Amino acid sequence: MSDTPSHQLSRRSFLISTAAAGGGLLIGFRVPSAGGQSMDPTLEPNAFVRIDRTGAIRVTLPYVEMGQGAYTAQAQLLAEELEVEIGQLTLEHAPANEALYSHPVFGDQITGGSAGLRGAWEPLRRAGATTRVLLTQAAARRWRVAPSTCTAERGEIVHARSGRRARYADLVDAAARLPVPKNVALKSPDQFRIVGKPVKRVDTPDKVNGKARFGIDALPTGVKFAAVAACPVFGGQVGTIDDTAAKRIRGVRQIVRLEDAVAVIADHTWAARKGLAALKVSWNEGANANVDTKALIAECDAALDRPGVTATTHGDVQAVEAQAASFYEAQFRLPMLAHLAMEPINCTAHVRKDSCEIWVGCQRLALARRMAAEASGLPLERITIHNHLLGGGFGRRLEADYVAQAVRIARHVEGPVKVIWSREEDVQHDYFRYHNHSRVRVGLDANNAPISFSHKIVGPAVMARWLPVFFQNNVDLDIISVSAGTYAWPNVHVEYVRVEPPTGLNVGNWRGVGASRNAFVVESAIDDLAKRAGKDPLSYRRELLAKSPRLLNVINKVAELAQWGTPLGAGRGRGISVLDDFGSYVAQVAEVTVSRSGQVRVDRVFCVVDCGLAVNPDIVKAQLEGGIVYGVSAALHGKITVAEGRIQQGNFDDCPVLRMHDTPRIEVHVVPSAEAPGGVGEPGTAAVFPAVTNAIFAATGKRLFELPIDPTQLRNSL
Amino acid sequence: MSQQLSINGVTHTVDVDEDTPLLWVLRDVVGLTGTKFGCGIALCGACTVHIDGVPRRACITSVKSLGNASIRTIEALETTPVGRSLQKAWLDLEVVQCGYCQSGQLMSAAALLAGNAAPSDADIDTVMSGNVCRCGTYGRIRAAIKQAANEIQHTTPEGAQ
Amino acid sequence: MNRAHALALLCIVFASMSLADAPLEPLRAPQAFDSIRNRAARSNAYFTEAAKVLQHPRCLNCHPATRTPTQGDDLHPHMPLVQAGPENRGTKELPCSSCHGPENAPTLGGRVKSVPGNEHWSLAPASMAWQGLTTAQICEQIKDPKRNGNRTLAQIEKHLAEDHLVGWAWHPGEGRAPAPGTQEVFGQLIAAWVKTGAHCQQASL
Repeated sequence: MSDTPSHQLSRRSFLISTAAAGGGLLIGFRVPSAGGQSMDPTLEPNAFVRIDRTGAIRVTLPYVEMGQGAYTAQAQLLAEELEVEIGQLTLEHAPANEALYSHPVFGDQITGGSAGLRGAWEPLRRAGATTRVLLTQAAARRWRVAPSTCTAERGEIVHARSGRRARYADLVDAAARLPVPKNVALKSPDQFRIVGKPVKRVDTPDKVNGKARFGIDALPTGVKFAAVAACPVFGGQVGTIDDTAAKRIRGVRQIVRLEDAVAVIADHTWAARKGLAALKVSWNEGANANVDTKALIAECDAALDRPGVTATTHGDVQAVEAQAASFYEAQFRLPMLAHLAMEPINCTAHVRKDSCEIWVGCQRLALARRMAAEASGLPLERITIHNHLLGGGFGRRLEADYVAQAVRIARHVEGPVKVIWSREEDVQHDYFRYHNHSRVRVGLDANNAPISFSHKIVGPAVMARWLPVFFQNNVDLDIISVSAGTYAWPNVHVEYVRVEPPTGLNVGNWRGVGASRNAFVVESAIDDLAKRAGKDPLSYRRELLAKSPRLLNVINKVAELAQWGTPLGAGRGRGISVLDDFGSYVAQVAEVTVSRSGQVRVDRVFCVVDCGLAVNPDIVKAQLEGGIVYGVSAALHGKITVAEGRIQQGNFDDCPVLRMHDTPRIEVHVVPSAEAPGGVGEPGTAAVFPAVTNAIFAATGKRLFELPIDPTQLRNSL
Repeated sequence: MSQQLSINGVTHTVDVDEDTPLLWVLRDVVGLTGTKFGCGIALCGACTVHIDGVPRRACITSVKSLGNASIRTIEALETTPVGRSLQKAWLDLEVVQCGYCQSGQLMSAAALLAGNAAPSDADIDTVMSGNVCRCGTYGRIRAAIKQAANEIQHTTPEGAQ
Repeated sequence: MNRAHALALLCIVFASMSLADAPLEPLRAPQAFDSIRNRAARSNAYFTEAAKVLQHPRCLNCHPATRTPTQGDDLHPHMPLVQAGPENRGTKELPCSSCHGPENAPTLGGRVKSVPGNEHWSLAPASMAWQGLTTAQICEQIKDPKRNGNRTLAQIEKHLAEDHLVGWAWHPGEGRAPAPGTQEVFGQLIAAWVKTGAHCQQASL
């Protein structure tokens, strides 16, 4: 999502150092309390770096690891400025604490929006550099030399002239007594030896031998296992329960009834699942029992005819439209989508009389803690969260509903209980990407050149609930991101009509967030406009992007990589897309084959990314590759539907995703750059939707205004 | 029902109903959590283990069906040369992202290379399409399998399986 | 309704009451065709009735036109992609048994309520592909030793009446509709067909 409110949120933080408990040096930030400038003396510093007398360097990582390489990149930033090797660092998950580990833009402890690295970029380097300077000063004092004559190398301070060396371990106590230096100079990119290099990931060795611990792998002593079923009709509640048969299942210990769900607690998950299957539950289905997808779509369609609130406006669209020779108008519909992270939703909780302990992998730990406090009735400081690796996030783990649910269950259970959702539960009680509809209207002059661009957006305001600072003047700032594309239109009008799903149908963030809807809408329209102007889609974009050098560069590079313009066989086509969001510039070319029956195969995807300085270029590539696969899966298959208030899909049979045999060959090129780093988790996904549908357009002449791609619309279109 | 299972060369006595899938015995009873739950209906491959050398989805394999079979899980992958070559290739090529599916991917890949020392793209597709990855690591998995196959073919006989 | 019909109906009622997997469609027993005087026509009628089973998705899915099975009542492509392999039990590296155990495995899941299984789970050989064939074509194929695994008609009769994997079609696990009738009645129909000369409908008819 875009960084719009950053200026309002940028928190001034103070770097502090202190003697660590048990000796040693601790470096962190202290954040002014929300009320004023005075520092809250009770605040624990958010220790980013602790060096003890043995020389062990413990680093606390504020951004969680869900496959995006966050741990490696954060370690690179710290090691770079601390002048140690990554292997010398011991990495630890940050605890849940929004006062200490908030993202500078979001104002909460969030890993998402392709913003983790951008959040860590400055603070972690400053923490590393400050630590190094303190250690250098401590050594210089001891040796009675000028600090400028000392250097830091691989965990030692060296005084080259005299040949003296001191290990960090031997300097920490002295360093802890020194005042924190202000305005420590950070390295310039040409001085980097770790940042910008494809160093090996730190999290992967344990992921190839079964040792890595995800949330679902937590096994606290005495843990019991729970299978859970929420009311299949969203928003519904538990009516009556007959647990006679369930209780007879061997290993079943207990049945827990919540307002909206039932759980069976057992000695192992299978016994719990058998117990749940044997449990007879009648549900009070509530107000949504008749909701279906058709009605939800109709509501969004109708909203397109309602006036909305102005989200963006430049120039004077109305005046210019009066002079237009013709108009391009199109309507787009995007479906509901589930996340289907490989690790099904789960959470382990142990509620005691006066405390609550939680084991989970979550993208939003502080929220999880707040929700656990509410669900347990305990004060915030009595909640401890042990964060784990995440088996995929994609936005689903930006919510913490499952943490609250596990706590509510655990309140009834003696000892810890691990709640694992079945895959069906995971799909059917997701926080879905909701229906999103759009209408684009472009005024054209007599030469079919665009003179105005209007875009009306219909969708839910996820930010109003999820991150209210991103909901301003009744506009969801995420849903409107890149809603006029990457193009500098002289006259633009973007309007937003808020449509919320029925209460109980939960909607949230999905990989690519706002850009995943708007890139499809705008880049499809651009392709149509190129056609109308009789121009090649690449040259048409080049003309529109003439004043955007970084976009021009990625689009030219991707065209070269994909050999744009060379002939393809019958039924095949190439499509291009370009995106400027998350601080990164991305262009993609997709190659598809459409069969006579309308089946689409995405053969290859080329991608060029300029994400500024790539802290780890190989991880950047991997993120783009993965984002593309995620997007192609959704473009071809992603569709969640509702009938009688129930989600109709449930597992990989009816939510098909790409598998190896139908995954395109992907080539990613990372543009070398020394600019500030941009995000890379989302743009691969967002930009691939239009690249694919534009390729289908090139192959068949058929424009797809709806996702997922519907083969029946393409049948006999060749 | 009490039953003995041979898991990674160690005999475990477990007391569960005979219809209990091996997956939950491994994870919840024995405490070997490297084998993952992904779908519960043999559609994603995250729970792949080897039963007498044959790849099996543990989520639909009842303990009753196991008898005296030798069960190998991801935790024992490094005890075979094929396993070690695959792990090395996985790390060399930085295949892994979130890593949740990779236990299953590696166990499927190990079965593939055990039966086919030089798999073609089509061979790899056929075997590996049973394993879902949502991070999109398929391209790197394919490359890593080829690298491992290459390495195994070029190792000295005593290094071979 | 003549007496034979009535008897057949009674058999069906009895069969459905005695089996856990109740047959959803009637499969008429051989007696139902007693009134057909012409031996060849009667023979053909037995086979046509038996073909309700042969043409049922529980059977067709593993008698596909390609070397990849299908799934479900709509015969959609098997997910994931699998290959018959050299011995029709999948490839050595991904055998059918990776997912299909000796018995149907309950999943306690959503739509897929069980994963089907059988001790001998395998795909029919290419020569026994049924998908896309008419009943008459299947009839000819079953009789043809070059295509039926070099079986005599007696062996075919025994195979269809007694084989455990064939029998799976009537016990396909929770969430799947069984083939019509019972394997016993199906076996009787095949036996009656063989006994009456194993006539097949002419392609021209």
